[in-house]
This record gives sequence, structure tokens and C-alpha cells, in this order.
Amino acid sequence: MDTVEELKARVLELENEVAELKGTSTRGRIDKMSAEVVDSNPYSRLMALQKMGIVKNYEDVRTFTVAVVGVGGVGSVTAEMLTRCGIGKLILFDYDKVELANMNRLFFQPHQSGQSKVEAAKNTLQSINPDVEIEIYNYNITTVDNYDDFVSRLETGSKTKGQIDLLLSCVDNFEARMTINNACNAIGLNWFESGVAENAVSGHIQFIIPGKYACFSCAPPLIVSTKMDEKMLKKEGVCAASLPTTMGIVAGLLVQNSLKYLLKFGDVSTYVGYNALEDYFPTMTLKPNQNCDDSKCIKKQAEYQLYIKEHPEVLIEEVKEETEVVHEDNDWGISLVESDPTNEEVSEETSLNLVPGLKVAYDIPSKPLKESHQEVELDDDAGESLDELMNRMKNI
Amino acid sequence: MVDEATRKSLSGIPLLKTKAGPKDDPKLWLQRLKEEYTALIKYVENNKAAGNDWFRLESNKEGTRWFGKCWHVQDMLKYEFDVEFDIPVTYPVTAPELALPELDGKTAKMYRGGKICLTDHFKPLWAKNVPKFGIAHAMALGLGPWLAVEIPEMIEKGAVVYKEGEDKK
Ligand SMILES: [Zn+2]
Repeated sequence: MDTVEELKARVLELENEVAELKGTSTRGRIDKMSAEVVDSNPYSRLMALQKMGIVKNYEDVRTFTVAVVGVGGVGSVTAEMLTRCGIGKLILFDYDKVELANMNRLFFQPHQSGQSKVEAAKNTLQSINPDVEIEIYNYNITTVDNYDDFVSRLETGSKTKGQIDLLLSCVDNFEARMTINNACNAIGLNWFESGVAENAVSGHIQFIIPGKYACFSCAPPLIVSTKMDEKMLKKEGVCAASLPTTMGIVAGLLVQNSLKYLLKFGDVSTYVGYNALEDYFPTMTLKPNQNCDDSKCIKKQAEYQLYIKEHPEVLIEEVKEETEVVHEDNDWGISLVESDPTNEEVSEETSLNLVPGLKVAYDIPSKPLKESHQEVELDDDAGESLDELMNRMKNI
Repeated sequence: MVDEATRKSLSGIPLLKTKAGPKDDPKLWLQRLKEEYTALIKYVENNKAAGNDWFRLESNKEGTRWFGKCWHVQDMLKYEFDVEFDIPVTYPVTAPELALPELDGKTAKMYRGGKICLTDHFKPLWAKNVPKFGIAHAMALGLGPWLAVEIPEMIEKGAVVYKEGEDKK
């Protein structure tokens, strides 16, 4: 028979376990960040950044709202880092569920399997730091039904009901990246794109200020080349590989640069690649393409040109920051002229001035499906209505 | 990169003209939808004529959500699957992500929700052919080759089994 003391201890143990499972916090909210070094102050080491002169006003971190789109291997760790840093507000978007197959990655725990990623993340993050306001959306941003809501969250989601401060893209597919790009170009929101290659041994982060730097539509996606020949890569029977290490490193680079941008310290990188096989980190700045496919990007570029005409002083600061980039009116880095099909090798990569170790995922545009593709004319003047066509398709 | 059979079926599909997505001017999107249906009808007719009829699709009236059936015939048995996808807001710059939800978890060549894992050739080809490629092209270039490779493998492994009466549906 257990003694009362033993039973009491057991009850306490179980209560803690329940609290952990429920994600209930073990501390109350803290109104003001303190720099006092006591073991109960979760912010003392962060506020020390200010004391040391690295960051001017660390406490500003509480005023910022950051959206994290995609709460997978990179996004969940990104959200955790920002939470531990005491960010003001996080808005998380994802429509996936936690699965046991995700357990090679950080953050999520086996007992969370089956829960929506945003819900599970919110519980954990809230218990780590109850001072952070967390808002979650469990939907796919690329569909027509959700896109408008997504954009309006970005426009009005800040702590003061205005536009959020920064968006971090931690999604794993081209469609979602293009959707984010579309939204950020439309509302002029600065964002970081991040990615880990499907071979798990390379990744990147890219900072996009619409109009100032290349947007995601300005050029084909860049890939960090590894010495392993892509064509030799065996993709039989698998879609993608992943490593917690690569994802953790990319999340680290992403949040580090986000903090530098938000808290204004150090230099914010506009592109950092990561080649895990050689521990090589190529960096560069990508200028926007004046023939970008997205008209909103072109509009933002014009606005930026006007802005620097009126504020030439910003350029002087820029040049100090980015020595290798010359800002001249005609010196746009990317040209998307029709590449000469007879000479495909010297197309994008040379005109983009990519640093060694980076290449484009593919060239666009060249001739569609060369020679063998004869055009079949659409007889769209036949005058059939959509309903008629739909019916014809149904009864075929 | 693209096999001869796929190349041949692609070349018989009308190319689309209107670069418009579901968030663009409704008139343009309607035009695009008509082109989509025209191309799909032609493609299905081509398939039937070649004795290789393998899918049917229809959409909601807005043309933003598509669903239907695709099938694979092996040893005189017809294996049929539901196919569905949404038209992304960035269409036609980005291709739709075709999904066979009932096969989710049965093959590694899939992403969450049963979205099929496309070859490395698909996206570059799609990107080069915006806005000429449409849903019919995505089916021919993406789902067709995928079914041809993955279904026999899943049948062999027992992950997909023949359901009685499938042929009569
Ligand atoms: Zn652009």
C-alpha cells in the first residue's frame, strides 16, 4: 500500500504530465522584459544582447508580428526560435497533420500524431512562452477559397491590426511559394523564402523586398549545386529525403536574418545557399528582373526606382553594405530574353551573374517542346458556351 | 527526357492561349476554362481513337475544383481511382497538383494528401510552356506516365488490389 506522501507525489507527477500534454504553461505572462539575471527570468540572456551593445533595443522584438507559412521541418523550428526570442506575435499557416513519418525532424513529438500541425505547434509554443500571441490557420493558401483570407491576415494581422512585419516562407513546394510571392508583391510585404532540397543536402534562404530585390517570379528558382550530379540522383521509389540537421541549419539562418532585419543589427543577407556536402555557403544579391512575369513586381520596381531618386542617400548606405552590387539604372541583373535554342548552355546562369555553386533549376523560356510539337489550333470561335462544353465532356 | 508515347499524345492536344487564372478578370478566366474543356475533350477523343481511354474529369461551375476518375488496365482487369485537384491561385504559371487521395500512404511516390510526385522534367516543361499548357497537358505529362509506372508496381506489391465490379461502374 502506497503512503499518502507517495500518492501525493504521484498526483503531482501526473498533473505535470497532463500539463505537458495539454501544453499548459508553467509560468504566467511577463509584462516587461527584464535584463535581471536570475534563474526565473527567461529573457535575461536575450536582454544581455542589448547590454553588450549588439542590439540597440531588444525589447522591440515584442512589437513585431511574423507569419510563418508552412510549419514542417523548417517552419516549426523557425516558429520555436522566434517564440523563445520573445517575438510579439506569430501567425502560423499549414494544412497538414503531424505524422510519425515526420519524426526524423525536430519539434513535433510522437504523441502529437494526428493533430493538425498548427494546433500542435500552438500548444507547444504557448507553453514555451505564454507572452507570444499565436494565431493559427489550418488551410491551404494556394486555393481560391483561402487566398483572400490569407492576404487579409497578412494585411491586418499585426499587433496593431495593421500589416504584419515579415513573412517567412517555409513551404515545400513551388505552388505555395508562387502564391506567397503573389501576395507579397500585391501588398508590398517583405519576406524570406527558404528551402531545403529534396536531396536533403542543400538549402537556401532568400530575402525579398518587392521592387528592390528579385522576387520569386523574377527568375527560375535557384538551386545550390552539389558535386553529386543531379542526373545521377536516384529518385526511384522515393519523393524526397530530409535531414533534421539541414532543416535546423536553414531555420537558423532564416531566423538569424529575420532578427537582424527586425532589430536592425548586422547585415541582412539577401541570399545564402548551403551546400551540406562541402559546407559551402554561397551568398549573393539578386536584382529584380524588369521583364518579370508578375506585373505587380514591375510596379513595385518602378516605385522603388522613384523612391531612390527621391532618397539618393539610401543608395550610399546600400553601396557600403553590398560592395559587389552596382546600382545603375540599366544594370538589372536578370534578363529573361528568349534564350537562343542553339546555345542553351549560356543562358540564365550567365545573365544572372550567379556566384559559383549556384545554378537555376531550369531555363525559361526556350522553345516549347521543340520541333515535334505541332500546334493544334483551338477552334474557340465555335461559339460553344462553357455549359455546352462541360456537358460534352460529361457525355463523351 | 519525355518518352515517345507521351510526346505523341502531347502533340495531339490543342495548346491554350489565354493566360488567366481563377483570380483574374472573370471574362478571361471563362475564356481559359473554355479552352481547358476544348483541349480536354480533344485529348479524351484522341485517347479513345487510339484505344487508350484512361480518364474522365469534370469541374465545379467556377472551374476551380476538378474531380473525376482515371484507370489503369492490366491483365484484362481495370483498376480505377478517384482523381482530384484544385486550380491554384497562381495558375497557369504553376501547374495544378494532381492527387489520387485513395492511394495516399500506399506509395512513396506521393506527397501528403495523395498528390503525385512528378518527374524532374515536369516543372521545367510546364514553366517553358506557360500559358499554352493546360489541365489536359498536366494529365498527359504528369498523371499518365505516373500511373504507367506506379500502378503496376503497387499491384505487384499488393498495395492495390482489383475490386470486383470496377469495370461496370
Ligand atoms: Zn519579379
